[in-house]
Amino acid sequence: MDQLLINVLNGVSAGLLLFMLSSGLTLIFSMMGVLNFAHASFYMLGAYFAYSLSRAVGFWPALVLAPLLVGAMGAFFERTALRRVHKFGHVPELLITFGLSFVILELVKLIWGLSSMNFPPPELLQGPAFTVMQSDAHGLGLAWGAAPADRCASTAAAVMHCSTFPATRFFMMVMALFMLVSLWLLLTRTRIGLVIQAALTHAEAVEALGHNVPRVFMLVFGSGCALAGLAGVIGGVTFVTEPSMATIVGSIIFVVVVVGGMGSLAGAFVASILIGLLQTLPLTVDKSLVHLAASLGWAVAPGDLGYPLMKITLAQAAPILPYLLLVLILIFRPKGLLGTREG
Amino acid sequence: MAFRRTVLSMALGAGLALGSSMALAQKGETVKIAWIDALTGLTAATGQNQLKGFQFLAEQFSKSNPAGVKFEITSFDNKLSPQETVNALQAAIDQGVRYVAQGTGTGPATAIIDFLNKYNERNPGKEVLFLNYAAVDPSLTNEKCSFWHFRLDADTSMKMEALTTFMKDQPDVKKVYLINQNYAHGHQVAKYAKENLARKRPDVQIVGEDLTPLAQTRDFAPYIAKIKASGADTIITGNWSSDLTLLVKAANDGGLNAKFYTYYAPVSGTPTAMGANAAGRVYAVGVMPYEAPAARKLMDEYKAKFNDDFYTAQIYNAYALLTAAMAKAKSTDPVKVAATLGGLEVKSLGGDVQMRKTDHQLQQAVFISRWEKAGPKPYDYSVENTGFNFRTVKTFEPYVASTPTSCQMKRPAGL
Repeated sequence: MDQLLINVLNGVSAGLLLFMLSSGLTLIFSMMGVLNFAHASFYMLGAYFAYSLSRAVGFWPALVLAPLLVGAMGAFFERTALRRVHKFGHVPELLITFGLSFVILELVKLIWGLSSMNFPPPELLQGPAFTVMQSDAHGLGLAWGAAPADRCASTAAAVMHCSTFPATRFFMMVMALFMLVSLWLLLTRTRIGLVIQAALTHAEAVEALGHNVPRVFMLVFGSGCALAGLAGVIGGVTFVTEPSMATIVGSIIFVVVVVGGMGSLAGAFVASILIGLLQTLPLTVDKSLVHLAASLGWAVAPGDLGYPLMKITLAQAAPILPYLLLVLILIFRPKGLLGTREG
Repeated sequence: MAFRRTVLSMALGAGLALGSSMALAQKGETVKIAWIDALTGLTAATGQNQLKGFQFLAEQFSKSNPAGVKFEITSFDNKLSPQETVNALQAAIDQGVRYVAQGTGTGPATAIIDFLNKYNERNPGKEVLFLNYAAVDPSLTNEKCSFWHFRLDADTSMKMEALTTFMKDQPDVKKVYLINQNYAHGHQVAKYAKENLARKRPDVQIVGEDLTPLAQTRDFAPYIAKIKASGADTIITGNWSSDLTLLVKAANDGGLNAKFYTYYAPVSGTPTAMGANAAGRVYAVGVMPYEAPAARKLMDEYKAKFNDDFYTAQIYNAYALLTAAMAKAKSTDPVKVAATLGGLEVKSLGGDVQMRKTDHQLQQAVFISRWEKAGPKPYDYSVENTGFNFRTVKTFEPYVASTPTSCQMKRPAGL
């Protein structure tokens, strides 16, 4: 039970980090029709900027400054490069972000080198956020921080299991939820949010009403990049800050955006959590189709047709599940789970 | 009379000169080595580190060595792909290179062996010799063994032999979990671990086994939760690079207090992730003797020069063996050097090593080291400037780690 809880929490926190990344990507797509291939690179930049800044000013200021810096770079890129190629159509836009991702990767390698950075979380985020205690006698219990050793020790009366949940992941969840709420408030409750929403569907009408739509685009692109940067800071301390971090998340966030529905923020949220769980929970199941067949009374032996395929356990197949979902969604529901536009 | 004396001395001098030039025909020659490994991608940091190691030792050995030769390294990035490896090898051969060094990945190593087997047969007089400094698939010195291939590392079976012999005497090892990368190397580590433990510690229970995709997993927390649920006290892993770094980091975060028995904990990036949390819990098996004065001297000089860590003793083996063989063969011709290398014994960083003639697998001492806080000399080294280092806790003489071979080597006629 305690392990299941930890696993679900792991999945949800992984999903929330994905949401931080994909929310920016989906915003940019819905507004500008640009699939930003460099999005994961901005995620990486966030981590590296925060690493360098945290050495100078400490982690907490870096947590604010690094995303702002990344956002400014994103806005600058939109203003100087993306806007110029906009008039040539979507393919050049796609290609220029594709090119940018390589430029960023090579620059990061040049500046920070190829090996991983020593970027530890600050004092406050080290160690466990809470401990889940499972006891035969008392059921499930929770304690903030690390539980005292005597409460985790098994006694004659009850066997205890303690599992810790790292503070960095807890922080990741809090930040993502905070971001979700503020983004929602911004888009629905403020004037600029209304302009953005209107510009999503009727850009020309909004422009005709006297709003500076190109500037709104720049703002959205910059904010999207800043969100990726923020995710990068948190991902950098939770996982590892190294040049391949962009490649590792790059493909999965596209899956999130497609599954959730291109341009749908709510869809991105649902898909992020779904894929976070899909990446996490199946890993713990060491059962294969052979087991399933056996439980249905059909014994499959080595040497039978299809045995090599059937003996693959769910844990082994887990890494391909998100991509399998992507293919299935594209076949059966091309607009995504909560998407509105076709294809 | 004076004339005769002059002639005599001239003849004598010429004779001496001739004699000495015959004795040291290779002296002053420059031996070019093509280094082919990944300089980009996930294993780039490791590649950079080892390339610097090759260049650094080329410089040192060029100053003085028994054969009196100079070394020159040309590097090629193979992006870990066997196809790119063959292209790079072809390019190197076109530049007149006769020695090739590669280490990361069995795929590229196999590609080089296959290529050279054909190339060397078709191009007599232009043969190329392969120094494999880290590809540890046992098949390379068994069913795929080749006269042109020399393995300077200890292979997976040897390392597991040493590791399990060490674990045999660790009473706290009761429940073992195997987590490895889903490709040839990971499969072999799991296979040898199970075989050896069944033989040496039948009481040990294997409580779980996982194979993760190679260099793709970002989040190891689910695996850690699974390992915790299994109740394992010991983890055996052949993971390297990001797959080990992230595994260790997730274990630290998840409060998993099990012991780790690894192959590649010292490889670039992982020490930083281990930090203080992993002290006393992470073991590594390898051929690098950290406290041996000769090794330590290299580590210090390397650090002073590159601010990086030297952990690949096999590179030293390469130069020690090559120079000894060239001096003995009085030639830098790869055919003669290859023939001389078989059975050759030299002194390396951690003691005497011998290139076994039957399969070209270097027989050498294997060391078990543990991640510990830096202490008084000789334990004062700081890996990746963490304030921690690997401390040798057990040395296995070459005969302990030695494993038999099934190699039926095809040798060129007359050798």
